[in-house]
Amino acid sequence: MAKARVKAPKTAAAGELVTIKTLVNHKMESGRRKDGDGNFIPRKIINAFSATFGGESVVSATFEPAISTNPYFQFSFTVPSTGDLVMKWTDDDGSTVEKTKTITVA
Amino acid sequence: MKKFTRTLTCVLALCTITTLAVANEDAELIINEELNISTKSAAPAGSALDELVSGWRFRIKETQALQMDDFDNPSFIFIEQGEELFAKVDGSEGKACASCHEDVASFKGLRTALPRHNASSGKLDTMETLVNNCRTERMGAEPWKWSKGKMTAMTSLISLQSRGMPMNVKVDGNVAGAYKMGEELYYTRVGQLEMSCANCHEDNYGNMIRADHLSQGQINGFPTYRLKNAKMNSIHGRFKGCMKNIRATPYKEGSEEFRALELYVASRGNGLSVESPSVRN
Repeated sequence: MAKARVKAPKTAAAGELVTIKTLVNHKMESGRRKDGDGNFIPRKIINAFSATFGGESVVSATFEPAISTNPYFQFSFTVPSTGDLVMKWTDDDGSTVEKTKTITVA
Repeated sequence: MKKFTRTLTCVLALCTITTLAVANEDAELIINEELNISTKSAAPAGSALDELVSGWRFRIKETQALQMDDFDNPSFIFIEQGEELFAKVDGSEGKACASCHEDVASFKGLRTALPRHNASSGKLDTMETLVNNCRTERMGAEPWKWSKGKMTAMTSLISLQSRGMPMNVKVDGNVAGAYKMGEELYYTRVGQLEMSCANCHEDNYGNMIRADHLSQGQINGFPTYRLKNAKMNSIHGRFKGCMKNIRATPYKEGSEEFRALELYVASRGNGLSVESPSVRN
């Protein structure tokens, strides 16, 4: 399945608001397009995204078919202490991509 | 006619004024806050230019910023596709690129030396012909089209390995003939507008051509992602676009003419850092 890229700061101050940028290489087939024979191309999109930091939920979102190819998703949150930011994308076919970034609080 | 010329001069003068406001002369290209790219270089001996300036310097700062970070650079979507293609088995021999060239990093420096002479065919080799030779002769696969997605994804990936290294194509010895041919093409006026490459990229770089900012036409950043068509663009594809703009009939991608022109234009940028994959408008 898709490949994900994440831009996150390596270090932050305690309580600092950090911005995370994510981008997934994915076709996001909406299910509304037809192939050459007039049949619908089955839907295949990333339908959910979630991020946790140190086991605690930071953000979760459901994606709908209108979202573009290679979806870009940006969010920000305050970092309480050193920990791992775990991001997870779920595909319609059930496969998932996970990416972990460690943010160190100096 | 006189009146027309006068109006034209006025228009040109106005353009020059706006130019100064748009050009971001002092910016420096540092990619990922660590890789310093030299976007200016002293002109090589015999050059018609006073100083070599990368196309990056002619863009507005928002476009420049896209190239300063690999996350923001849209080219990397295509680089990822290139990585997949590099590892993908194709053709009758059951081989992928990675079967022979284990690591794509082994292509470091290749971009700087292309196009170069091929001893067996006697022609110029560009990155596209090298990829297709491998595909047809070693892999037993169909060749890719010159400017289509798979080819540009692969050439972007290979060019990326040389990023930051200075362009250094050879122009003497057995490529001297091709160099001469390229030079002649560069200075020959063609098309309904009767313009040569030099009219824009040598005489008028830094000026506006309607809404666009003319660069020196350097190819150190190719394949380049263009905001105009949201994909990677090959060098020959760009030549074709330029020729259409001056209402000439373009040569074919991969033709002897374009290979010679690629060699000549590349040599005009000898000394500039490879920027591939760059972002332009």
